[in-house]
Amino acid sequence: MLNQLQKLGATTLGIAERLGRGHLFLWHVLSGFPALLPRFGLVISQLYSVGVLSLLIIAVAGLFVGMVLALQGYYTLVDFGATESLGVLVALSLVRELGPVVGGLLFAGRAGSALTAEIGLMKATEQLSAMEMMAVDPLHRVVAPRFMAGILAMPLLAAIFSALGVIGGYFVAVGLLGVDEGAFWSQMQAKVDLYEDILNGVIKSIVFGFVVTWIAVFEGYDAVPTSEGVSRATTNTVVHGSLAVLGLDFILTALMFD
Amino acid sequence: MTNSDMKTESPHEAAGEPLVRIRDLVYHRGERTIFDGINIDIERGKLTAIMGPSGTGKTTLLRLIGGQLRPDTGTVHVDDQPVSELGYGPLYELRKRMGMLFQNGALLTDLNVFDNVAFPLREHTQLNETMVRDLVLMKLHSVGLRGARDLMPSELSGGMARRVALARAIALDPMMIMYDEPFTGQDPISMGVLVSLLRTLTDALGLTSVVVSHDVQESLSIADYVYVISAGKVVEHGTPDDLRQSKSDWVQQFIQGKSDGPVPFHFPATDYAADLFGGNN
Repeated sequence: MLNQLQKLGATTLGIAERLGRGHLFLWHVLSGFPALLPRFGLVISQLYSVGVLSLLIIAVAGLFVGMVLALQGYYTLVDFGATESLGVLVALSLVRELGPVVGGLLFAGRAGSALTAEIGLMKATEQLSAMEMMAVDPLHRVVAPRFMAGILAMPLLAAIFSALGVIGGYFVAVGLLGVDEGAFWSQMQAKVDLYEDILNGVIKSIVFGFVVTWIAVFEGYDAVPTSEGVSRATTNTVVHGSLAVLGLDFILTALMFD
Repeated sequence: MTNSDMKTESPHEAAGEPLVRIRDLVYHRGERTIFDGINIDIERGKLTAIMGPSGTGKTTLLRLIGGQLRPDTGTVHVDDQPVSELGYGPLYELRKRMGMLFQNGALLTDLNVFDNVAFPLREHTQLNETMVRDLVLMKLHSVGLRGARDLMPSELSGGMARRVALARAIALDPMMIMYDEPFTGQDPISMGVLVSLLRTLTDALGLTSVVVSHDVQESLSIADYVYVISAGKVVEHGTPDDLRQSKSDWVQQFIQGKSDGPVPFHFPATDYAADLFGGNN
């Protein structure tokens, strides 16, 4: 019994210590943001690997999610003779929820895991130590540009996800199912609110981008510098990042749409 | 001379203030004692080798000198600055005057050879690209790899990677370079090149060099002064000739590479016969 209590205490202390380290890490990284402004090229190159290289999976996923939404929505709405509202259903589902959430999950899987593996391997091959010894702070030079790129890329990726989802929904609704094109677009325009829906979706995607990128870069930086350690850190990024997206989505939704 | 003698007088004090002064250094990793009150002086403009068996903490010592680790007790002074007490800014300023060559080179894998050597220049100076180019080519030429400027780190052999890392380490003309196991895993030609480079650069640039290694013959052939560390203590120090003539059985076993001696061939274990007939495990 005492042994179990000791284990529980040690685990709790370990989690608290890691949380503390994670927040100190965040503070140190954020303090490097002002120095990035005159060297924005560092962020641009990371935007390419974090954002542009994630485009394909985001675009394809968005397209298919929109198509499935239109199909499923149609089968429900047709019973009520409300198929003209299909555009609204697709757009609101994507902009409010699926764009930020599925985009965030894909972002954690594609870009988050890549960030963790890259930083973890840089640590394992002593590249981060070498930078420290060259008087270059790796938190400012390596982590901060990736962090900023993640925060900037996520809302753009979520927007692209939603836009392509709407296009996918349009093809299925208008092209396949024969929903009236004018009704599809006009109802969408009338019912989707810039602030209530789109802006809240953007805020969600910024929050998800911040948290997923924070988890990804911290896991990489804090990884045990072995192949097994980097592998575990990469898995942690995807699992913790995905859970954080889902948990935060509930909290944000409750706050935004009450 | 043994470690206990050193506590009263450091070896180079008579010759002037050393660049690195380590006093009563104690460092633990978990339950394990890595250093137990060692004293080391690294003289300016000399090549000092720190030798010892694997796992004895030689790399840890370099990290303590570079301020990447902090001692539990004791002090490390570099150029009269207490490394373990320096804040972020002063420590990074000090590191600009120190270079370190890591065991595997630790080149930045997303940059080519040229950009790796240019990295510290671009980070710490306002030099224009023409100046950076000239300096990088000079540094690469000094390690014989000017022609490899466009290669990526993955295209380099182990020896070439270390030479590029060496060019990068001297890019800012530091006062001191620390070499972590520079000879490990090298073929004879690469080994010869590195041995000669270390000595030449030390003399030509007036550098202070600290070489951590367990390659005895190579280290003794170029070192001005040698420390031998084992079990958290300095067990011997002196010039290479002093070491070769050491009366210590342990030192003789180490420098001659004998398989048995004060350091037994067998890891401590129970009686062999009892173990064989004993049953489980």
